[in-house]
Amino acid sequence: MVRLWLAGGWLALLLVAAVFAPWIAPQDPLAQDLFLERLPPVWAEGHEPGYYLGTDSLGRDVLSRLIHGARIALIVAILAGGAAALIGSVLGLLAGYMGGWTDRVIGRVIDVWMSFPPVLFAILLVAVLGTGLHSVIIAIAVIDWTRFARVIRAETLAQSRMDYVASAVVIGRSRLGILATEVVPNVLPTILVLLSLEMGIAVIVEAILSFVNLSISSDDPTWGGMIAEGRTQIHFAPWVLVAPMVALFFTVLAFSQFGEGLKDRIDPVLR
Amino acid sequence: MTTVVTLFGVALVVFVVIRLAPGDPIAMMLPPGADAEDMARLRAAYGLDRSVPEQFLIWLGGVVRGDFGTSISLRQDVGALVLDRLPATLELALLALAIAVAIGTTLAVIGTLRRQRPAESAVDLWNGMTLSIPDFLWGLIFILLFGVVVPLFPVSGRISPALDPDYATGFLLVESLLRLDLRVTGDLLHHMALPALALALPLSAVIAQVLKQSLKEVMHLDYVTLARAKGYSEIAVLFREALRNAVLPTLTLVGVQFTFLIGGTVIVEKLFSYGGLGNLAIDAVINRDLPLIQGIVLLFAVLFIATNLIVDLAYAALNPRLRHG
Repeated sequence: MVRLWLAGGWLALLLVAAVFAPWIAPQDPLAQDLFLERLPPVWAEGHEPGYYLGTDSLGRDVLSRLIHGARIALIVAILAGGAAALIGSVLGLLAGYMGGWTDRVIGRVIDVWMSFPPVLFAILLVAVLGTGLHSVIIAIAVIDWTRFARVIRAETLAQSRMDYVASAVVIGRSRLGILATEVVPNVLPTILVLLSLEMGIAVIVEAILSFVNLSISSDDPTWGGMIAEGRTQIHFAPWVLVAPMVALFFTVLAFSQFGEGLKDRIDPVLR
Repeated sequence: MTTVVTLFGVALVVFVVIRLAPGDPIAMMLPPGADAEDMARLRAAYGLDRSVPEQFLIWLGGVVRGDFGTSISLRQDVGALVLDRLPATLELALLALAIAVAIGTTLAVIGTLRRQRPAESAVDLWNGMTLSIPDFLWGLIFILLFGVVVPLFPVSGRISPALDPDYATGFLLVESLLRLDLRVTGDLLHHMALPALALALPLSAVIAQVLKQSLKEVMHLDYVTLARAKGYSEIAVLFREALRNAVLPTLTLVGVQFTFLIGGTVIVEKLFSYGGLGNLAIDAVINRDLPLIQGIVLLFAVLFIATNLIVDLAYAALNPRLRHG
């Protein structure tokens, strides 16, 4: 319960920062100023007022980039996570409910998909699609739908053997009708839990892709891009690395804890 | 048979996907201003002037005979390049696996022996945290903590250049141990420690969780109670009786999770500039080196499938119910 609130609180904070980024950020995240390069954070000797978390090697404000980076992180989390959930759940429901050759074909595709190392697959796809936010989102959805499909398939299989499905068949309901009104509501909680976990994964994958410079242009403020820049400045200006790392750390932790907390609340056996 | 179908599927998907890529690898090889005739000649030399299905069949025919083509950006044999980097990645992944098993088992045993005491809650809390933080972030945290704040470990490379030995195989760690070249072993381990630990932590949490759960179930069974009644101490019961029977569910899971770990080497190697397959892969993608990408991805798929096969065999060997069958 506590962790659900803590995690939800951090995510709400992030959402506010993302939505109102231009109004909250103290500086322009793209403004470079060579007279202000590598300023330390506000609690250290030699800081400048208005640059709370210091500046990077081009004199850009770390806090403002962090806030604008939250925007990109959340856009990717919501769109990529949502798309992966949609594709994976539909295929998982079909495989689990129809059985037969539908199940075999989908199962085989999942096997092939899972034989790729995900990070390499993502880098490959982004290289193919061209760099940019839309490529990152498509790549994550194309790779991670299997996470949903596998679990939802098993869950659907278990649900469709339940008595309530048998009774619906007996009273003459159509197969698709049963799937939509009886099975889907029962697997929905699982989908939501997986979605929360997937959003955390999407944030990390976006950070990894912008770390290897395959996300949006390296000027744009992304947490991964900041980490890549910070990695080169680690001995001169460690705060450039620490700030996006801390943000990434709490965000990933929050998404996974939110998912776990949700699972505990939803699962009647555990309650 | 299923394995062959899966591998064929992987080969086909990779081949089709990378041929959709915009950007001409041949144009990237030649200096600007090269004439059209030169480009056509080079394209023919790499077989890129044929249709995609034709290219696929030619490539597949080569792969079956052990010929993976020639890297476009490095102009070397793909098979040789990939095999040259494979040992570094395998050693890193296996070291990480060993660390994960050691940490995971220790935590599970502590959690089981100290049931319902603060120690168990501490183990659960630590597991929850290590599980949600991916290898990429652990790598960054270690670089910061042990590379910069307390500089105990090197944060890039596989070995100090001064010590780089001239060995017969690429398995430097194994070979240095066999030759008792302990300075080289020490230096290798020093370089591998942080990336291996970053890869190991998420897996260690999975092992700890699952093993602890199955130990908990096994510790209530009759034969364990019997062992206790015979006067064995709790620790002896756990190691002599319970652990052997609780290990099976963990083993299956470790197989799946180990493939994730192998996948994770790609970015962790990049993070630590470790000269393995992952680093080669990222460079290949950035250079649009089609034959090299194909070779690497196929090799990763083989590693994934081999891991699952080994786990199945180990499961059959360890499970008494499947023995003598």
